[in-house]
Amino acid sequence: MVTGSASRTRAVLSARILILSLGVFLMIVPFAYMFATSLKPNALVLEIPPKLLPHPATTANYTAAWTSNKFGRYFLNSLGVAIATTFFSVWLSSMMAYAFARFSFPGRRILFGLLLIGLMVPTMMLIIPQFILAKNLGMLDSLSGLVFFYTGGTLALNTFLLRSFFQDIPRELEEAMVVDGAGPWKRYLKLVLPLSRPALATVGIFSFLASWDEFVWALTVINDPNKRTLPIAIALFQGEHSTSWGLVFAASSIAVVPVLLAFVIFQRQFISGLTTGALKA
Amino acid sequence: MTASSSSTSSTGLLGRSASALRLGGRTVQASKRKETLAAYTFLAPGFVLFSLVVLYPIARAFQISLYHWSIVPGTASQYIGLGNYGHALHDPIFWRALANTGAYMAFTVPAQIVLGMTVAVLLDARMPARGLFRTLYYLPVVTSWVVVSLLFRYMFITDGGLINFVVHDKLHLVGHNIEWLSHRWSALAVISILGIWKGIGWSMVIFLAALQTVPRELKEAAAVDGAKAWARFRAVSLPAILPVIAFVTVMLVIGGFNVFISIFLITNGGPLDETQVLLTYAYRQAFSFLDFGYGSSLSFMLTLIVFTLSIAQLRLFRRPKDVT
Repeated sequence: MVTGSASRTRAVLSARILILSLGVFLMIVPFAYMFATSLKPNALVLEIPPKLLPHPATTANYTAAWTSNKFGRYFLNSLGVAIATTFFSVWLSSMMAYAFARFSFPGRRILFGLLLIGLMVPTMMLIIPQFILAKNLGMLDSLSGLVFFYTGGTLALNTFLLRSFFQDIPRELEEAMVVDGAGPWKRYLKLVLPLSRPALATVGIFSFLASWDEFVWALTVINDPNKRTLPIAIALFQGEHSTSWGLVFAASSIAVVPVLLAFVIFQRQFISGLTTGALKA
Repeated sequence: MTASSSSTSSTGLLGRSASALRLGGRTVQASKRKETLAAYTFLAPGFVLFSLVVLYPIARAFQISLYHWSIVPGTASQYIGLGNYGHALHDPIFWRALANTGAYMAFTVPAQIVLGMTVAVLLDARMPARGLFRTLYYLPVVTSWVVVSLLFRYMFITDGGLINFVVHDKLHLVGHNIEWLSHRWSALAVISILGIWKGIGWSMVIFLAALQTVPRELKEAAAVDGAKAWARFRAVSLPAILPVIAFVTVMLVIGGFNVFISIFLITNGGPLDETQVLLTYAYRQAFSFLDFGYGSSLSFMLTLIVFTLSIAQLRLFRRPKDVT
């Protein structure tokens, strides 16, 4: 009886793993195909049968992408914009979140309601008025203009997430500091921020990814080929050289691999931020 | 300030609270005013930027949608009231774009829920490599839309593409290579498959987190009772995570209205506007035909739909606190 149920449990477990593995196969094949293509000479990117292990394999696409096609420059553009956006967004949203989490002031409900509206509005809807605004502010075709709009666009979500983390910090800790005479800035800098490092990491990762991957806005406002970010560079390159798939996917891999690595390393922060929004809000 | 206040804190505390008691209301009021001021200082820089970049454009989008908008500097835009909205009602491509958006949701939302839930249920057990599985299913979620869109376009190429090789050359399901991207429904199918493939990991992670809040004793008690897996799931887990399913559904519907990059890069609405969705059509009107007014009216309608859904979801499915 006992051995019977044990072997049944084992059979169920094997079935689970088998089904999950089949699913994983479908999830992974496109990536494998992408990396394989990036290692193929151009003549073989549409060969029949398609090979997942390229033969002959070549890193020529990577060299070509990085050197003659300026993808190195686009990589640095993207990196700079993403780092600046992350810095400004985490800084500004943590201050806002602290105000919403810990202070009562006139207009608090209304301002928070406005923030929620910003959370709901589809970013694509704003692209026309934002384009006109950027034009009037002289921010078209500039990387710092990208940072400005990306930061503004990530504030609502980051503030919302950080506020819920900050509310979980025991009030007593702060009250103890008040008793010791610490003002709001000291509490924010010496208590709230250090205690929320995981939460700050979470919103930092979200902001970084959002601006690293952003496509439509950059495509719309950037004209100067030297100011392209990676996503528009990849998409435009594919449009201009529709058959250079090896090169397109070499550039894509350059853009995707850091993200995948970051995800694998910071997985815990990632998932916690995701489920906070879903299970708690 | 830090050094002196901390060294004298024990006496200082007594002295301060005593004086606060004596002075009564006025001190409380002064410190309250100070706190309010601090709160506004914390809010101001972020909220100004947020207002400029998000709130102001929302109002502006509506305003622009009421004009025959002139993009030439120095020439006046013509106020036409709801004319752009009326134009949409008589625009067959608008209706087709709306239908395509609906079709995309009809394909992708149920599939992401059912498949995401299946994977989550399979992973909700003591098993080896659980974290690895979760990571692998989640990889498409964190991959850029631009990259996966180009990748799917490449896989679905008619001659020499991976998919036609599998269904034609290998499995002989069809007698010739399919021109996936040249026809409305097959192109929408490709774009929907991409949406599902990219989205399963997200719904799975949310469902898995919700399932793990269902007490293990409950699940195991049902198992000992000999309840079959499906009946057990329906009786124990499903009711507990119903609010989360509702949340995921609304988020996926909203995501469906927002589909853009995949269409833009895979078919660009073609052939002949057959695969336009609301956002690609709005974008084309604005940035290819430079009709900012009409483009704004299209995206404003979409926003109204999304707002209604979001508010309905906040009202109806207010998350019970115990789910966390």
